[in-house]
Amino acid sequence: MNLNRNLYKISFLFVVVFSMLHARPILAGEGTPTPSDDAVNAVAKQMYCPVCENIPLDVCGTTACSQWRDLIREKLSQGWSEEQIKTYFVQQYGDRVLATPPVSGGLSLNWLVYVVPILVFLVAVYIFAGVLRSWRSAPGGSAGTPPASSSAPSNPAADEYRARLEDELRRK
Amino acid sequence: MESPAETTNQNKQKFRIGHILAWIGLLVFLTVLALGLIRSQQGSISVGSQVPDFSLTTPDGKQLNLADQRGKIVVLNFWASWCKPCEQEAADLEAAWKFYETRGDVVFWGINYVDVEPEAIKYLKKYSISYPNAPDLGTRVSQIFRTRGVPETYFIDRQGKLVYAQIGPFSSIEQIKGIIEPLLGK
Repeated sequence: MNLNRNLYKISFLFVVVFSMLHARPILAGEGTPTPSDDAVNAVAKQMYCPVCENIPLDVCGTTACSQWRDLIREKLSQGWSEEQIKTYFVQQYGDRVLATPPVSGGLSLNWLVYVVPILVFLVAVYIFAGVLRSWRSAPGGSAGTPPASSSAPSNPAADEYRARLEDELRRK
Repeated sequence: MESPAETTNQNKQKFRIGHILAWIGLLVFLTVLALGLIRSQQGSISVGSQVPDFSLTTPDGKQLNLADQRGKIVVLNFWASWCKPCEQEAADLEAAWKFYETRGDVVFWGINYVDVEPEAIKYLKKYSISYPNAPDLGTRVSQIFRTRGVPETYFIDRQGKLVYAQIGPFSSIEQIKGIIEPLLGK
């Protein structure tokens, strides 16, 4: 009876140890833990689903967007980087899924987003420099500018008028 | 030493050149913008016009080329697993395919629009879809047709011309047959 009991204990112990030994590689093989919603949304907010225009993927509530977020989660858990995921989505659904349009867009006008502000800035600098130059080169240095009140009196009549004006103001 | 008059003249000339360049720049910019707008406002391929060639790759790697289908009637159905109206017509489309399959001159292709592969495969299994299906990679094909959603179905005749566009789901298999039958005699 005692022998049977001991045999039962040993076999039970054997089963427990055996299953623990085999469980370890399985746990190790599970890979990276499931990515958090924040990690998924960090990638998702940089994308837009073509079905729901103007709603970023991280806040879009449709089934299509939910599927896309699940796909991002799956790719992150497989160890994909943010750039790899974005590249995959562009290959699958086109570059319009990206919140920031890529510079090279074939026949698209994406490049204008990057070129126009620089052009506008350069044109503004050119115009400003031109205006400055014309002010400096204008005779008396006063073209288009109001006469400087602190400058030395050049017109005696104006000076006399000013003195009278100040005198009037003092009296009041 | 330049006289003030010469300097003023030079400045005026520079200012004039700057003006001309600014106007040319503005004109180029507006032209590019207008071309882009015209392109984006273009409607779908109109009925009667030739459908441009395109190719699709099925999940198992099979190539589907429209150019290879000349002489056949091609039915292109855009669908997605998240699309409820697509489910409504799925069984009718499969039944219509089964009806014409043995003839050999009617081709049905499903084009999976903005979908994820596992869900798409589940959908195909659920509705026992047996005609070839492929994802619309980069939404290139849907851009050719300028689809506005799913489901949309396009019928292409033996000459490669678009003969009918169904926007929204089919209500019955008879409706599908009613579009295909007149094309068979042509």
